[in-house]
Amino acid sequence: MKPAAFDYVRVASKREALEILAEHGEQARIIAGGQSLMAVLNMRLAQPKVLVDINHAGDLHDLNVERGHLLVGAAVRQVELMDRASLADEVPLLARALPWIGHFQTRNRGTVCGSVAHADPSAEIPLCLVTLGGRVVLESLKGKRREVPAAEFFQGVLTTARRPDELVSEVHFPLADPAVRYRFREVAMRHGDFALVALAACIRDDAVELGIGGVSDRPVLRRLPRGAELPEALNAFAWSLGAQDDVHASAAYRRHLVRELGRQLIEEQDHARAS
Amino acid sequence: MRAPADQRFPIRLQLNGRTRQGHAEPRMQLCDFLRYELGATGVHVGCEHGVCGACTVLVDGVASRSCLMLAVQAHERRIDTVESLARDDVMNDLQQAFSRHHALQCGFCTSGILMSCVEFLERVPEPDEAQVRDMLSGHLCRCTGYTGMVQAVLEVARQRGAQQQAPQQQEALENTHV
Repeated sequence: MKPAAFDYVRVASKREALEILAEHGEQARIIAGGQSLMAVLNMRLAQPKVLVDINHAGDLHDLNVERGHLLVGAAVRQVELMDRASLADEVPLLARALPWIGHFQTRNRGTVCGSVAHADPSAEIPLCLVTLGGRVVLESLKGKRREVPAAEFFQGVLTTARRPDELVSEVHFPLADPAVRYRFREVAMRHGDFALVALAACIRDDAVELGIGGVSDRPVLRRLPRGAELPEALNAFAWSLGAQDDVHASAAYRRHLVRELGRQLIEEQDHARAS
Repeated sequence: MRAPADQRFPIRLQLNGRTRQGHAEPRMQLCDFLRYELGATGVHVGCEHGVCGACTVLVDGVASRSCLMLAVQAHERRIDTVESLARDDVMNDLQQAFSRHHALQCGFCTSGILMSCVEFLERVPEPDEAQVRDMLSGHLCRCTGYTGMVQAVLEVARQRGAQQQAPQQQEALENTHV
């Protein structure tokens, strides 16, 4: 339960981080909040040769609204977003999902981009990013800066489109559309545990974009009809996710949660209170 | 700043208000550094993957898992552990409330929980029960249960609120909270 040995480099800028990634490739890992990576290191599930600490890189702490998106830099912590008073207006889905992420003690250090780069299938931030149609910015020293749609970025359990020399330098969340209602729900063994099923919805008058986390090997988004056709569409969606039995829940229970909570989330009256 | 894997890096930090120094290999977790290099054995190491919360300390005033941080990351930072709470062997108000409400038995989880409570009560001075329970959900206690802790935290919040309204007692309040 102690990490294997690695060189530690504290970088002062994004460029310095990219230089180390260019030199060491997949032998190097970026550490920001460490709330996922340190556990992985402690259990020796990863044994990088070089650990690159970006907490002191001043140009990775940006948190801005630009071109219709909320831009979140690689070193921005989850607590910073939760403390952002305007977030409920800017990206209401994210504002509703953040309290479900771990615990306040882990949100204090955990970063938004770190959760995206880690790509746990049950994680809330990747689910929100996919559901909203957000983008992941990947930068490397030699290659071109890439802006990858979230749905293409997440490729499987802890697997993404990031190349070994690339840094997840920003993620972009589209700003709220006034015609859309945003809702989030999650079921876990205890509040703050990994989600058995997490649901994120963008609800319009005629249709719904429903994102599901925790069931498939990545967040999955589907457009569903409203009204009488919804139950059948939800059932087909639930079966399409390839749910698996594990120690926490059966595949059948996960499908049930997708159908039942999906229906509740979409059909319930508007939240009486902001959550 | 570079620290090679096989070398011990000199680390200087503020521990409970005092400047302390020690050495750590890059891979050394902050919790082990605090215990074995600096002797702060009030930091308890439980699961070592961020779930149980026993190792929670304040890093620049913010509750953090010290098993999910490296000692080298704490260089030139301010760290507060459970040892910061009592003054002259007198427990602070939070510790006394935990004792009064039987909020601990074996005590292994308690030092981390107390440090979470310290930051929580600064951020949320007048919490309701649901907020306290949400904060405690970041900790595992396997012998006492959480009811006594909830009562203790709510009582301290009420006491501190009452003292805020009595300015002549302000100094006493500050002395209990370092």
